[in-house]
Amino acid sequence: MAKMIDRPSGLGAQPTPAFEEQHRRWEAASAKGRSRKDPGSGAVDRTISDVPLKVVYAPEDVAGLDLAEDLAWPGEYPYTRGIHPNGYRDRLWTMRQFAGFGTAAQTNERYHFLLEHGQHGLSVAFDMPTLMGYDSDAPQSRGEVGKCGVAIDSLADMEVLFDGIDMGDITTSMTINGPACIALAQYIAAAEKKGIPRAKLGGTLQADILKEYIAQKEWIFPPRPHMRIIVDMIQFCTREMPKWNTISISGYHIREAGSTAAQELAFTLADGFAYVEACMAAGMDVDSFAGRLSFFFNSHIDFFEEIAKFRAARRIYARHMREKYGAKDTRSWQLRFHTQTAGCSATAQQPENNIVRVAFEAMAAVLGGTQSLHTNSMDEVLALPSEKSVEIALRTQQVLAYETNVTNVVDPLGGSYYVEALTEEMEAQAESYFAQIAEYGGVIEAIESGFFQREIAEASYRYQRSIETRDRVIVGVNAFVKEDEPENIDLLKITEETERGQAASVRDLRTKRDDAAVRRTLESLRAACRDPKDNLMPHLIDCVNTYATEGEIVEAMASVYGRYTERAVL
Amino acid sequence: MNERPLRVVIAKAGLDGHDRGAKVIARALRDAGMEVIYTGLFQAPEQIVQTAVQEDADGIGLSILSGAHMTLFPLVVEQLKAQDAGDIVFFGGGTIPPEDARRLKELGVREIFTPGAPLQTIVDFVTRECGKRRTPAA
Repeated sequence: MAKMIDRPSGLGAQPTPAFEEQHRRWEAASAKGRSRKDPGSGAVDRTISDVPLKVVYAPEDVAGLDLAEDLAWPGEYPYTRGIHPNGYRDRLWTMRQFAGFGTAAQTNERYHFLLEHGQHGLSVAFDMPTLMGYDSDAPQSRGEVGKCGVAIDSLADMEVLFDGIDMGDITTSMTINGPACIALAQYIAAAEKKGIPRAKLGGTLQADILKEYIAQKEWIFPPRPHMRIIVDMIQFCTREMPKWNTISISGYHIREAGSTAAQELAFTLADGFAYVEACMAAGMDVDSFAGRLSFFFNSHIDFFEEIAKFRAARRIYARHMREKYGAKDTRSWQLRFHTQTAGCSATAQQPENNIVRVAFEAMAAVLGGTQSLHTNSMDEVLALPSEKSVEIALRTQQVLAYETNVTNVVDPLGGSYYVEALTEEMEAQAESYFAQIAEYGGVIEAIESGFFQREIAEASYRYQRSIETRDRVIVGVNAFVKEDEPENIDLLKITEETERGQAASVRDLRTKRDDAAVRRTLESLRAACRDPKDNLMPHLIDCVNTYATEGEIVEAMASVYGRYTERAVL
Repeated sequence: MNERPLRVVIAKAGLDGHDRGAKVIARALRDAGMEVIYTGLFQAPEQIVQTAVQEDADGIGLSILSGAHMTLFPLVVEQLKAQDAGDIVFFGGGTIPPEDARRLKELGVREIFTPGAPLQTIVDFVTRECGKRRTPAA
């Protein structure tokens, strides 16, 4: 209690004798309670990430919270309550559904459908060969072409992907990491062929390679040379593409790999700070690029924990950017983020239940103040989503935005004893992880030691065990199971034709282009890879303009940088 | 009966980096007393079967979440035949629609587990099927 008297400015104002008397009565009554014994009751005393929980939160739990320093007002440092003074009253979040499958022409059709149904921006999902830097006709690509996303082998495919879409008007998010610099070069070249200058292009490139080594595993080159590619991209975009978000530092995949909320938060921010440090080490002024960094988080099913995570993310980021990295521009302090509902929370059993899960997760993201949102479709745990299920997912966001009224008040859970205490807990856990990472010598060293991989594997196993023991319930999976479920949901199929057609078209492309020009530009790219002072981006744009394929460009870069292999950690 | 514990290869094939499920299964089998060899990512079907043969494994569990299952599972089945290892219990899991799972079982994949399958069910399956391989009908 002494702490409360020390900090009378906090949420926990000094309790009156009457309040203290009530507290004592509650304690006595609470002690007499008999705990539930049904399935799921084994985990009532902790969050899904195993953060211990009290029965109820009260002023004493936030006694250390300083209103001005820790909470402030929306739009004010440290932005715990949001980065905009009026929240969603001035501007709703961007509804951005991730989509891509089959060929560029098929995906282009889906994009026209989404834009006609009120979606604000596009988000490109690439197939595995494209993400791993292989052309569709490479032996490594067999069975994978067009399955997880759209196959883009060269500029020719990128041109088809955006056919009939005004690239100067929409914003595009591209989820690609290993070969992100090539996708960016293709996007620029496709737009410039339509007469749209690169300076007018708005969008986001994921390009977050560190989380690939940590969780998603779609890498090509080793971490150290890849950090140079990132710095080159950030330098290039800072100079030439003022509307482009250079990198989207992603916790989504870390969470999907099985991490806890605090691990997602800490590892993602640590990655972000590693990019900031790399750019600063290359001589860039932090305020010249920080305003274009953005984040991407998961929204999982533990409602309040997620909200606390988003709020803590903003506060931690603001503090580090101002205090540690010396940023002066307020924009450099503001953590902006995209959210996607948790794919790993969806179940194959009774898939319609996923609609409900997604709605809760989406609401957590909105109460946490997200800038844009992807809601998963109910059938994504089984296959690529059908048009019907994508529409339901988008409608979920529209109901949230226009019917529930949760958008009318900024940070409506601010001041909740529970949410504030949990926000503080998230921040404390993240800081403790930062200290552990620093002991390894930094993020790259911690990756090389398998630290993140071990932490995540441990957390995911612990979680799975709690499902096995039914300490936690997943409806339709370990409780409320329905025998003989009907399999009547329509699934989208990607045919073998897609793979054969795409492989044939890239082979055909190679016979039609100016081979001398391809060889010349690839050679100058190799030279640039060897010269750390030469920015790679102009060379990459030259390469894609000759219709050099992604596989050829990756091969040229790998001839200098080598390829990464992981030491598997169980 | 058998002094040596059951030995199982858990594999990831193709370009699919989703390794959460594979790792959880590997640990669960290990906790159940089996010897588990995890191949790591991006293995070719040939390599997976070679590993199993060299390690004298009783079973192979293949995890695929990228949608390439109808290509990669049959390639492993083919390799099992080619390397005269058809008695190894081959099972798998991932985002695999029911219709595809049925077709894969017709091709010789012993069982397909989809997201949400209880670990105990998988452990029981491997114990039973690999156990049978050790003690052919007496």
